[in-house]
Amino acid sequence: MIIIGEKISVIAKRVREAMNNRDKGPIQELAEAQWKAGAHYIDVNIGPAEEKGEELMQWMVETIQEKVQAPLCLDTTNASALEAGLKAHNNEWGRPIINSTSNDPERFVMLELAAKYKCEIIALTVGKGGLPADAEERCAIAAEIMARAGEYGVPLEDIYLDPLILQVCTTQDQALHALKAVRMFRELNDPPMKTVVGLSNISNGVPKEMRSLIDRTYLTLLMYEGLTAAIMNPLDRELMNVMKTTDVFLGNTLYAHSYLEM
Amino acid sequence: MAFTLPKESYSGKVLSLTFGKDDKAVTIGGEDTLPFLSFEGSIPNRPAIAYEIQDSPIDDWPETLKAVYKDVSDDPVKWARYCQDELKAQAIALRLVSTHPDRENRSADDAAKTVSEVLSAVETPLIILGSNHVEKDSEVLVKVSEAASGHNCVIGKAQEGNYKTIVAAALAHNHKLIAMSELDINLAKQLNILITQMGFDKSRLITDPMCSALGYGLEYTYSVMERIRLAALMQNDATMQPPILGDVGMYVWKTKETMAEESDVPEWGAIEERGIAWESITATSMIMAGANLLIMRHPKAVEVVKKIIDELI
Repeated sequence: MIIIGEKISVIAKRVREAMNNRDKGPIQELAEAQWKAGAHYIDVNIGPAEEKGEELMQWMVETIQEKVQAPLCLDTTNASALEAGLKAHNNEWGRPIINSTSNDPERFVMLELAAKYKCEIIALTVGKGGLPADAEERCAIAAEIMARAGEYGVPLEDIYLDPLILQVCTTQDQALHALKAVRMFRELNDPPMKTVVGLSNISNGVPKEMRSLIDRTYLTLLMYEGLTAAIMNPLDRELMNVMKTTDVFLGNTLYAHSYLEM
Repeated sequence: MAFTLPKESYSGKVLSLTFGKDDKAVTIGGEDTLPFLSFEGSIPNRPAIAYEIQDSPIDDWPETLKAVYKDVSDDPVKWARYCQDELKAQAIALRLVSTHPDRENRSADDAAKTVSEVLSAVETPLIILGSNHVEKDSEVLVKVSEAASGHNCVIGKAQEGNYKTIVAAALAHNHKLIAMSELDINLAKQLNILITQMGFDKSRLITDPMCSALGYGLEYTYSVMERIRLAALMQNDATMQPPILGDVGMYVWKTKETMAEESDVPEWGAIEERGIAWESITATSMIMAGANLLIMRHPKAVEVVKKIIDELI
């Protein structure tokens, strides 16, 4: 499974402060720790970044790639900041991912960028209106985004469909809808569409000590449905162990007694 | 509509490994596609073949094979020279059978002396094999690693029961190493993990999943090799990316089909031809499954396999 490390996010106080002060240390530390723990991509969530967004994203990309030889997942609603990040990105270790477009016309500009910079893109299956009610609605939105991607010249194999994970503590039935959506998304194309989730959304709002358990249990179910990638915390050792074990069951990894150490 | 050839693409790549010295050095592996599917990827190095020689009389080899080496097999130095000069061997595999406790039980020091003599007599890259006795090999291979220091040899075979000392010796004297497990892909992976966890780089390893001869479990070896390659290429499993060894000769030349006299089984045809065919077919199957290095005995079988490689590449 593809792991996109989620820890570099404006939501975290330490990261936010480092961003504001342009303090490389904490950002590079987090990036390196996630990479060493097995992240294939590092998510760079700078939020809406309305002020000096371009400069911030460029600084983030350069700061992280100074230490980590991995591609990044650029996460902001600010399109010109995102473009600045794509320009700064070193593609030697892989193409970046844009996080994200959706069926909201305001987010189509992200498809334009994906086509222009030939990178991958996450497509949240939500529209301008409210949240999707079930798997079928998510699929209908996915189909619209896929058609739109065609118009912009983004190949389907560069898209990760995201069913939008909602928190289990308030919208319990959505956990099952999102699982079903992952399965259905795959069937929208041959070869199957790639899928991604923001895993920790599932445990938002639950007591802290239960979050890891909820995340890893849900991940197992998602993987069984064929999930391609997850934005998650690679520093959560239990989560990583469950992921590796599930990969063994699914035949994605060859078993050896020391498989957890690899 | 024009026909487009459907192609598979692979995320992983087999590691390339070089042994021997200077312009005689041999490089194997490096491909990023399944064996001989060069239309899907690149295959920078063809499978290499090493001639097997031994440090002790070859009484247990069939007469037809013994005859090939009758003038040289009493002395590993002469034998190595013969392989290099007459047979134009790309590599030589010296098997130290005499060190086995059930054979002559020669000491590790004796074996080291033999290795030194062979190394000073030929420039052909050398693979140095123990007698496949777990305890004795861990003594012998340590000594011979030292004796061969600086020659960039392949040392083998490290197994679950003795890998620690052998890995340490190969590490100290800069050799390549064969890791052998017994027809079990999960144990093959595990052994490679254990060895690399000792600080031995995976790019210096060769995986020997254990060979077997046609009619004697060949399909098991074939299947394990094939799955190793698939894990390396399709799952990008770094622990399964070292080149693969097919130790063909020793398994072939003890089978009934290579030994039975024509007078006993006239319907099986000429004994020499039969043996050569048995070794060629076994070896060819191994390279089809993914082997990058073969150890063989009969020059005519080597010739056949080389020709097949030429035609397939």
